Order: sequence, then C-alpha cells, then structure tokens
Amino acid sequence: MTKFLAWTAILLGCLYFALPMIGMAEFSLSMRRDAYSLDAYRVVLADPRFQATFLFSLAMALVTIVFGVLLVVPTAVWVQLKMPRLRPVVEFITLLPLVIPAIVIVFGYIRLYNTSGWLPLTGSVTGTNILLMFGYATLALPYMYRAVDTGLRTVDVATLTEAAQSLGAGWLRIMATVILPNVLGAVLSGAFLTLAIVIGEFTMAALLDRPAFGPYMQVLGANRAYEPAALAVIAFAITWVCMGLIGTIARLSKHKGA
Amino acid sequence: MAFLDLSQLNKSFGPNHVVKDFDLSIAQGEFVSLLGPSGCGKTTVLRMVAGFETPSSGAIRIDGQDMTHLRPNQRNIGMVFQAYALFPNLTVAQNVAFGLKVAGVARAETQTRVDEMLALIGLPDLGGRYPYQLSGGQQQRVALARALAVRPKVLLLDEPLSALDAKIRASLRREIRAIQQRLGITTIFVTHDQEEALSMSDRVVVMNGGRADQIGTPFEIYNTPATRFVAGFVGTLNTFQAVVTDPATGTVTLGDTPIALHRPVDAAAGTTVTLAMRPETATLGIGEPGDVVLRARISDVQFLGAIIRVTADLGGDSLTLDTFNRASTPPPDVGAPVTISMPPAGLVVLVA
Repeated sequence: MTKFLAWTAILLGCLYFALPMIGMAEFSLSMRRDAYSLDAYRVVLADPRFQATFLFSLAMALVTIVFGVLLVVPTAVWVQLKMPRLRPVVEFITLLPLVIPAIVIVFGYIRLYNTSGWLPLTGSVTGTNILLMFGYATLALPYMYRAVDTGLRTVDVATLTEAAQSLGAGWLRIMATVILPNVLGAVLSGAFLTLAIVIGEFTMAALLDRPAFGPYMQVLGANRAYEPAALAVIAFAITWVCMGLIGTIARLSKHKGA
Repeated sequence: MAFLDLSQLNKSFGPNHVVKDFDLSIAQGEFVSLLGPSGCGKTTVLRMVAGFETPSSGAIRIDGQDMTHLRPNQRNIGMVFQAYALFPNLTVAQNVAFGLKVAGVARAETQTRVDEMLALIGLPDLGGRYPYQLSGGQQQRVALARALAVRPKVLLLDEPLSALDAKIRASLRREIRAIQQRLGITTIFVTHDQEEALSMSDRVVVMNGGRADQIGTPFEIYNTPATRFVAGFVGTLNTFQAVVTDPATGTVTLGDTPIALHRPVDAAAGTTVTLAMRPETATLGIGEPGDVVLRARISDVQFLGAIIRVTADLGGDSLTLDTFNRASTPPPDVGAPVTISMPPAGLVVLVA
C-alpha cells in the first residue's frame, strides 16, 4: 500500500513537470493545420534575428565563462590555501546574487556606469557588453564558485602546490598545469551552468538594450503564436544538452581520479 | 664547513612556539633523521628548510648561500611528501619530467633523465601509467624519482613511509637509503618511527618540545641517550632511582646494593639520579667479572620466539630483560629467584 502511494506520488510529480512540456512541444509542432510539422522550428531557425541573438548570447557566455574561471579559480584556491577562515565570508558573497534580483543589480550598474558617471561604460557598445558580461558573471557566481570549490576539495591542493613549488614552479604554472587540469571537471560544470544561465537571461540584456537571446524570445513570445513554443523547446534542449555534458564530464573525471 | 647549516631557528604560530633555538649542521652527502613524537616541531623544521614556512628568527644556509628568505621554488630542494603528491593529471614520466620542464631542460635531455630516474627506482616500464594505476609503494618511488630528477642540492623526506604497509615500508626504507648513498645526496628525513630513523641514518636528531634533545649517530642515541626523553623515546628502557654515594668513583646505591659504575657521575653525593638500562644489556645468571650483580624474583615471562622477555622484581623496582631463546634452555619459571648481571657500562646515569 505504501509502495503504491509512493509510486502514485512519483507519477503525479512526473506528470506535473512533463505535461506542460508535452503540451508545449505538441503546440510547437501544430503550426500547420491538421498535421504535425516542424514549420515553427523552420521559421525560428531561418529568422536572422534568431541566429544573431543566439550567437551574441553564445559569445557573451564564452567571455563570461573565461572571466568567471579567471576570477573564481584563483580566488577559491587562495581561500583554500591561505585564508580558510575567510571561506564562510566568501561563500556568503558568492550567494548574494541569488537573493539580490537581477533587476536591482542592473539598475545599480546603470546608475553607477551611465554616461554621466565616473566610468561611462554604457556610453559605448563595447562598454555595455563588458557591463553585461560582469552582470552575467555575477549571476553565475554562486554556481561557478560552488562547482570549483567542490572540485578543489576533492584534490589535495595544498600538497600538490607545495610539490610543484619544490620542483621550481611559480604560481602561474601551478595554476595552469597543476590546479586547473585537476579541477577541469568542476570548472566545466560551472561553465555549462553559466552557459545555460546566459542563454536564457532576459532582465540584464533587456535593460542594457543588448541584442541577446532572452529579449528575442520575449519579443517573439509577444508577437507570434507557435514560434515561441518552438523556441522554448530549443532553449530546453540546449539546457539539457549542457546538463548531460556536465554529467558525462563528472563521470569521466571521477573515473580518471579513482 | 657544513653543507646545510641551520642556526638558531625559531618558529612561532601565534602564541605557540613550536621550534626553539634549533641548531643543526649537516655535511654533504649525510643522511640525517629528525625523530620525535607528533607536535615536536620536526616537520616544521623541514618545512622551513623547504621554504614553506618562514622562520620567526634564525638562518638557513645551504652550500654557503643564505636561503632563509628565498621562495620554495628558488631553493633547488627536492621534497617527498607523506601523501605522495603526484600530479594526478600527469603520467609517471610527465610527473618525473615536471621539474625539468620548469627548469627549461631540452626535450632530449629530459627524456634521458626521466629514463634514468625510472630505472633508478626500478620502474622503467611504468612511465606511461597514471598515478591512480600504481600501488602506494610505487607512487612513493615515483615521487622520489620526481624529486631527484632536478638534481636538488638537498633532499627532504617528510614521513614518506607512513602511509605504506609494514612490508613495503621495510623494503622501501632500504631502497631509499641505497639510492641516497649511490647519489651522495644530502638528505633530511622526518619520522616518528625510531626503527626507521636508527636503521637509515648517519645521524639522528631526537626532537622534543621544539628543541633538539640529542644529535648523534644511531649507536650513540640508542646506547648513550643524553636525556630522559631520548632514553624513553628510543627503544625500551628500564629506569631505577639510585642515590649517589661517591661521585668521583661513580658509586651509587640501588636499594641496599652498592653499584660501582667505574666512571665519575656528574651529581653531588646524596642526590638521587636515574639509572637507565636497555633490556638486552642484562643477562640471567652470573656474567663477566666486574659486572653489576642484582638479586631478583621473576614476575613475568613472555615468549616472543627468538627472544624471551623476562620481567623481574628487584624488591620494589621492576626490570625487563631480553634473552635469546635457546632450545636447550627452557624459560625461567614465574616466582623463581634469579641473579641478574650487567656490565657497568650498560647503566646510563640520566641527570636531565
């Protein structure tokens, strides 16, 4: 009886999550009357704005990942090696983006870095893109930091660093050849999570007026019927592929470290 | 002149003064062990030599060069860690080549040196394996090869055998010593295992509470311990309280029995001193002429195979002695009266 109830609960839970997606996928295939078709996908994929915004967001994601890795890995290593007592403080700081809404962050940016501010980043396209990248890095910080920190805990960073130092290596080499390769799985997990966040992000890109994928989805959603559903399915697929890649890499790196 | 010179080294972590006025001079090619219990400061001394800790005061000189404030990567010191510390993402050969690559050694020479090192540690065919594919003993040998590949001035071994099982530990002990002697590399070995320290070293430094209690050859450390701590920490020891009757001739009284040590005692007449004696020094029965002879009663007999460990009651004091097992002589019975004899030289007076 208990087993029956448990399975019923699981089934209901699955239906709760699956039904809207099935409905959405079904709707995205219903553009042609009386027959399922991929017309909505064809329209979306042929739209030059889709390609432009998707590529823009992809490029932003890559830049954000590079910046995030350069910021987070040395910080996490430094905290672990030199200032373990500061770990709770750093963890708290990295959690802040989860409790401060993106809109608050971006308004703060706009107030600080507008054209009459001391650093007028919003005055140029490059400046605004840099600002957007900082914003994305902030949003991804909780995930990136946690992934890297967990990865660092699985290797004896302190002893490996000392071993490399005794062999003559400096910090740059230690970071590049000893620490990064050993937390690559964790860094890639953080990277894919960042990618998923950046691809779907709307608020910051919209308020900074950048041609990103998030605002494009919103515009399409406001004006068309079937295409937004197709776009949502595509966005889900991208996220799932990212999750799958994280899982695969985690499994592979676990196997190598065993 | 000493090759490695540590003078007046002190190290404090906040209020904890962990290394106190530590002096040590090591000759080129010498193998010196730092022996002591946990928290005695031995690893801190080693880490200061490696450059991972900065001394609060004092100086470290290697080959005449002041190393005290150089960074670890500027010292050319090889180090082997307890936890192996092989780079998990690199193969055995890449691990061994790491230091050479950092030093910018040409590829062909690196390859030759790596082959040489792998042959030296007896693992010439395992260059392509990853650390996780090796046993603990093999990993530690690779760590040794990696440390030696860069031809360091000094080799530091931080309890390298602690994580291994007893059999591997004994064989690797011999191997490390043989490699060290073959290369003639100046080595500091940190351990809390007295057997390791005594069997491998040219000299042993027994550390206690951040200080060097005694520095000497294994023979000296074992046979003439300078302090009560050294005597107690290294080997098994019998101790008795005796009263000095004539310091000049070295006569003391143990209970009612006068004992002539035949050498001066550094204590005033009437003071109580501790006499220390190793279990293998005493024999059952009458020994050589001139031996100290004591009457006792057997209180315990442990048959250990090659050795029989006998505990005897000296009328208050208890004495443990080891005798070799002989098939023709059965162990003595508990409660039996016995005569125990020992050479006066086997009795060490501990004043400190």
